[in-house]
Amino acid sequence: MNTDVAGTAVVPRPAPAPSGLSPATRQALARFGWAVLSVGLFAGIWEVLWALGWADEKLLPPPHIFLGNIPDQARFFNTATRWQIGVDANSGPSPYEAVFITIGATGMRVFVGLLIAAVLSVSIGVLIRYVGILEKLVLPTITLLSPVSPIAWLPVAIFIFGIGNAPAIFMVVVALFFHMVLSTISQIDNVNRNFINVARTMGASKRQVYARVIIPAILPQLLIVLRLNLFGAWMVVLVAESTGVGFGLGQVIMMARNTFNPSLVFFTIALIGLLGFLSDWLLRFVQKRVLYWVPETAGVLRGL
Amino acid sequence: MVCRNVGKTWAEGTARAHEALRDIDLDIAPGEFVVLLGPSGCGKSTLLYLIAGLERQTAGSIFAFRDPVEGPSPDRSLIFQETSLFPWLTVWQNVSFGLSIRGAPEAERRAVAREALQRVGLAEAMEKRPDELSGGMRQRVAVARALAMRPKVLLMDEPFAALDVQTRAKMQDFLLDVWRDSGASVLFVTHHIDEAVALADRVVVFTARPGRIKSIIPIDLPRPRDPFSPEAEALRRQLTEELRSEVDRAFAEQEALTPG
Repeated sequence: MNTDVAGTAVVPRPAPAPSGLSPATRQALARFGWAVLSVGLFAGIWEVLWALGWADEKLLPPPHIFLGNIPDQARFFNTATRWQIGVDANSGPSPYEAVFITIGATGMRVFVGLLIAAVLSVSIGVLIRYVGILEKLVLPTITLLSPVSPIAWLPVAIFIFGIGNAPAIFMVVVALFFHMVLSTISQIDNVNRNFINVARTMGASKRQVYARVIIPAILPQLLIVLRLNLFGAWMVVLVAESTGVGFGLGQVIMMARNTFNPSLVFFTIALIGLLGFLSDWLLRFVQKRVLYWVPETAGVLRGL
Repeated sequence: MVCRNVGKTWAEGTARAHEALRDIDLDIAPGEFVVLLGPSGCGKSTLLYLIAGLERQTAGSIFAFRDPVEGPSPDRSLIFQETSLFPWLTVWQNVSFGLSIRGAPEAERRAVAREALQRVGLAEAMEKRPDELSGGMRQRVAVARALAMRPKVLLMDEPFAALDVQTRAKMQDFLLDVWRDSGASVLFVTHHIDEAVALADRVVVFTARPGRIKSIIPIDLPRPRDPFSPEAEALRRQLTEELRSEVDRAFAEQEALTPG
């Protein structure tokens, strides 16, 4: 087993891609190589600490232990019907199916929550700027509620929605909604005045200025805000799930805590990390597709 | 265009109130090319915004074709110093934006955009995006967008200030061509004396704040103008003299405002 200490050496170096590949493919390969190297380095340090006996495997099991026995870990994901009385632990879907059901359930809550929060907060943010009286009526309350931690909403979620998907989605929405309203408003205020003036001199009505100029102009920043909030959504959904709101990855972590199973904790953390990474990548892909006109600025920083 | 005793005070009635314009009397004849010349921050751009109808004057009145100016109108197109093309639209969609506001069908919008772009020599850039164009090309598209509205008055707020000297000279020639073809009046704001001498039928020199009209100098040199002719030289000298005292005053005021 000690050979795993050399985990870093096994990791493919971002070697020069074989010639014949397009520059874009080569770049993507190099990026992937660096990502693997980065994770491998982290895992390698952990393994070294374990090999030296500094990391107790009962508390901080290194990756080769918690990833080493996936079927054994997958067993614990069979929480799909756990809270129902009279269902024994071995009935229901197979362990692997259970893993995918759990991931699917959590991922669905994140994306539905994110979608509802985005649509709701952008429309309300725009309405607040569009209708003067709404700003005076609504904005103070939103500003007042935005610093409240999502944790504080958890009892409310359970009071209103009981157990199941709804409270978890509600938690995601409530965690993102207030900030995203405020950030929508600040982006509307930062729209280039010339854009608005040009539209006005061409005879655009207020509604047209909003629909044709302000909304496309704030879209790029909104998608970035959405990406940043995506991680927030992943964090909140776990809190919601771990506190008895149905099943999901948060429930698995909670069960791992209660049964003192650190391997399961780290296995689930690894899963969540992977899912968060994938969903960020997905949103970045959408961003590139939808926002074809936004120039890439990262290259400028690389030159520093 | 007729301006009578026009004045503008920003943030009127508050502690931050300051007077940008006072007692502006200015008539612009149809087809005339008028340049507003003055030191930075003298309120000449403010006057342009008032005439465009984007801001309301706080004194006096402005008339366009005998009607008082109540708000923006497609008759009065404004071209800004910085690019104001919408980056999410293609060049032709930008040019025909005003038509799409009115709900014109795509075929008509394309036709108008093509014609306007031909007039600025960019017909082949129809499908491009603004960020694929150079600064000079972008300003030409902005001019095409203004022309597509068939305006009676073109208002230009230092439109070539961000361009390099060679491009700027080209753009001035180009603007004169467009102006002659369109028959619109042009009101052109600049702080460049050379630009004023190259373009104007009349140069309106502004004082430092509050902006007032110091003098109006007609230029009746035939176009194209030779910037090195003795007449142009003399005009430049005259305008430089007119401006110098104002720039000095503006500097003195700024220094008085800066503590320490």
